[in-house]
Amino acid sequence: MTTRAPFRIQGRTGEWEVVLGLEVHAQVASKAKLFSGAGVGFGAEPNSQVSLIDAGFPGMLPVINRHCVEQAVRAGLGLRAKINLTSHFDRKNYFYPDLPQGYQISQFKDPIVGEGVLTVERNDGSTFEVRIERIHLEQDAGKSLHDMDPNLTYVDLNRAGVALMEIVSHPDMRSPEDAAAYVKTLRQLVRYLGVCDGDMEKGNLRADVNVSVRKPGAPLGTRCEIKNVNSMRFIQAAIVYEATRQVEILEDGGSIDQETRLFDSHKVETRSMRSKEDAHDYRYFPDPDLLPLVLDPAWVKDIEASLPELPDAKRARLQSQYGLSAYDAGVLIADAARADYFEAAAKGRDAKLVANYVCNELLSKLSAQDLEFDQSPIPAEDIAGLVSLIETSVISSKIAKAVFERMWAGEGKPAEIVEREGLTQVSDVGALESAIDALIAANPDKAAAVKDKPQAIGWFVGQVMKATGGKANPAALNDLLKAKLGL
Amino acid sequence: MSDLTQLTLKGALEGLSAGTFSSHELTEAFVAAIEAANPALNAYVLATPEKALAAAKASDARRAKGEAGPLEGAPLGIKDLFCTEGVRTTAGSKILGSFVPPYESTVTANLWRDGAVMLGKLNMDEFAMGSSNETSYFGPVANPWRAKNSNQTLTPGGSSGGSASAVAADLCLAATASDTGGSIRQPAAFTGTVGIKPTYGRCSRFGMVAFASSLDQAGPIAKTVEDAALMLTSMASHDAKDSTSLDIEIPDFASFVGASVKGMKIGVPEDYRIDGLPAEIAKLWDEGVAWLKAAGCEIKSVRLPHTRYALPAYYIIAPAEASSNLARYDGMRFGLREDGGSLSEVYEASRASGFGPEVKRRILIGAYVLSAGYYDAYYVRALKVRRRIAEDFTQAFADVDAILTPTTPSAAFPVGEKQSDPVAMYLNDIFTVTTNLAGLPGLSLPGGVDQRGLPLGLQLIGRPLEEGRLFSLASVMEKASDFRPRPERWW
Repeated sequence: MTTRAPFRIQGRTGEWEVVLGLEVHAQVASKAKLFSGAGVGFGAEPNSQVSLIDAGFPGMLPVINRHCVEQAVRAGLGLRAKINLTSHFDRKNYFYPDLPQGYQISQFKDPIVGEGVLTVERNDGSTFEVRIERIHLEQDAGKSLHDMDPNLTYVDLNRAGVALMEIVSHPDMRSPEDAAAYVKTLRQLVRYLGVCDGDMEKGNLRADVNVSVRKPGAPLGTRCEIKNVNSMRFIQAAIVYEATRQVEILEDGGSIDQETRLFDSHKVETRSMRSKEDAHDYRYFPDPDLLPLVLDPAWVKDIEASLPELPDAKRARLQSQYGLSAYDAGVLIADAARADYFEAAAKGRDAKLVANYVCNELLSKLSAQDLEFDQSPIPAEDIAGLVSLIETSVISSKIAKAVFERMWAGEGKPAEIVEREGLTQVSDVGALESAIDALIAANPDKAAAVKDKPQAIGWFVGQVMKATGGKANPAALNDLLKAKLGL
Repeated sequence: MSDLTQLTLKGALEGLSAGTFSSHELTEAFVAAIEAANPALNAYVLATPEKALAAAKASDARRAKGEAGPLEGAPLGIKDLFCTEGVRTTAGSKILGSFVPPYESTVTANLWRDGAVMLGKLNMDEFAMGSSNETSYFGPVANPWRAKNSNQTLTPGGSSGGSASAVAADLCLAATASDTGGSIRQPAAFTGTVGIKPTYGRCSRFGMVAFASSLDQAGPIAKTVEDAALMLTSMASHDAKDSTSLDIEIPDFASFVGASVKGMKIGVPEDYRIDGLPAEIAKLWDEGVAWLKAAGCEIKSVRLPHTRYALPAYYIIAPAEASSNLARYDGMRFGLREDGGSLSEVYEASRASGFGPEVKRRILIGAYVLSAGYYDAYYVRALKVRRRIAEDFTQAFADVDAILTPTTPSAAFPVGEKQSDPVAMYLNDIFTVTTNLAGLPGLSLPGGVDQRGLPLGLQLIGRPLEEGRLFSLASVMEKASDFRPRPERWW
């Protein structure tokens, strides 16, 4: 492992270290909300996915959604975390029109998941560990729409009551890149586990970033929390802005107020939302409408047994089982669907060749059209078919690239394309011999010169390829040329 | 036909079954009685005669087809705390003054499933906060009972004042009620009726406007012990829509009525002999003990040493939960909304205008005891007291099968007397709050009258889920007391 230079903010008084902890809100993948049974779906008509419970009608009571609990347990197991067999729901009380009950049901004191750890890989392949403090389940609030009317605010309660997992890390990150790598790895994990779709654009995964700065080795500084940052790029930009702001204040002799700040992605700056003094007093207390959440250890074991292969394990296996490079394995495990696609195509084929097509040709085509592997217009079996044609010398790898283009264009199965377009490479010695003979007869000077300059054989190869439309079997052609030219 | 209204629920069901009268005839009698009496008693905040008569007709048709349910055709009053689909439900508050729920509470749905007929919605203290029915936005309820040679209007107690008054004045066969700190039992004691708060979780809270979720429990107020048992059998159910609902079989509670209580051990808690307990109440208590002894019970003294902390703990826990439960009344989606220049002003104006002074007092107390810096000193300590009180009962119930106490420290008091003294008002609940804190069943039955001729109640407290035993004991006492309370009609 290479030694990495630590990330530092350069101030007037010297270098500053940035200390970062993240609270990631991941929407639990579920058809129904956490306590109401109402549907969940992005882009539905405003207020079309709201039950009387979500709308806080009198006498309505919450009932926990077992599936959401299972998803939180699954996330906890994926983070190698302690699963708390007894946890409690609390009410966080505050008034806002998008919070119909006047309180959010959350887990304040006793969350469902305790301490865990996530191994994060940086872009350069080095890794570091982030300790997870807890995961708790909570309800999302609705959405206030301020831009529908100049004077009025509209409220859409479709999100109200949707299940969120808040995944809280320890302040274990020291650079904007590491924070982004953490979110990326976490996103990858929750997608593997199927507990969150990780779609940051839809707000299904968003982060609050706790930022503080200190002189290297000094005790922790006062932190500010930046709310609701919803892309990897913004996370990094927000951290850089905020850390720099804090360094400037400290170097001017000031002190940092612990406060909640909002990231403005247009101006690329953070702004104060509320300070500690006027922070809400949320008056947390145990929700008397819900019993303690008690999990059956056998059920937790069942969930554990049903966990899919996780990214780290998959990477190691792809390398050992298929002999892939670390790079190819890394590309393939970025997404479970990608690795699945590869494995389906690689069955019984030259795995490196398959990885080559999956990680390069296909990946770049899909990325260009913003498609995932499970949406690929080319099924995995066709990649296998293409590689098989190469392996059996029916086509050359050069021709294969052309065949791939036609496959992408929807022209059919690789074998059909080769057949239809007559792309089968010429291994027929007789046909090649006559082409070579004709060539030597027409170019006696070149045939004589090649004896002194063997690399000039390339010219003959090129000419025969040209004559056969690129279909000559390169190995057969080479052997024949050498014999005929007396090399 | 007015004599029909004087029937017990059991008597009416027998008459209906025998075809002596129809549900329609019976309901008509109640509709007329309500119309005549309600201006004086104010027990109903909303009478629904057309719906009642239509429901009675439908009930008669079901009976004719041989599809009679256990409460088929019985006209009942419903405390306005229970949401009734398409029928205004206010919880006695201005803030819900025009709220018409699009759903039915589980308790009332169970009653309709069993064939009962709704006469209307009954008055109550606002959000069930009160012990005299004087905090209702719809005005106080009059107790049908008056002291001998007095014209003074007395309260029926609260918060289920409308339920108790209506049952006592024959304005329904029986009524639903709810009890958070004594709101079924104290009004029952004040009106010579029978009320039971079952074990927490017996009745679903779904569709019941919440006051303090960990304490609220529905139960009936009825004319006799057997009637109360019939009502509770219908009202109780396991309900997947209420996470605190008990998934446990509901027995036929009426089958316990009249059963032998021989050999049962009855505890008499010395800690309930509080200073200033009126001699008449102490005497009635002794009489109750004597009745049970005569029926073959063994009487034992028990200690419930944390009783004196119960009321303070209750007045922390209940307001704390209420302050959060009542946050949804914000003028945004239903109920009263007052205009304002900003969001905060709309909240403030709507809640200032929509809630009465007692509700505001409890919201403020509740918000205070939950706030940072006070939470441990008040709320957490109150929870500890709550556990001690539950432990007191657990220990006592190791020695005895049930506990006998007075229901209230006094008989019904005049309207207006305690309104300006909240602490005096809160003392009404001193014998009843403990069972709410411990989640235990508590039954109040009329034991006799005081010198002024006002009814007094005795309370039986049981182990969790032993309502059946309470019905057996209460029916023995009902018989022994030979007390058939009936107020003299002045309205």
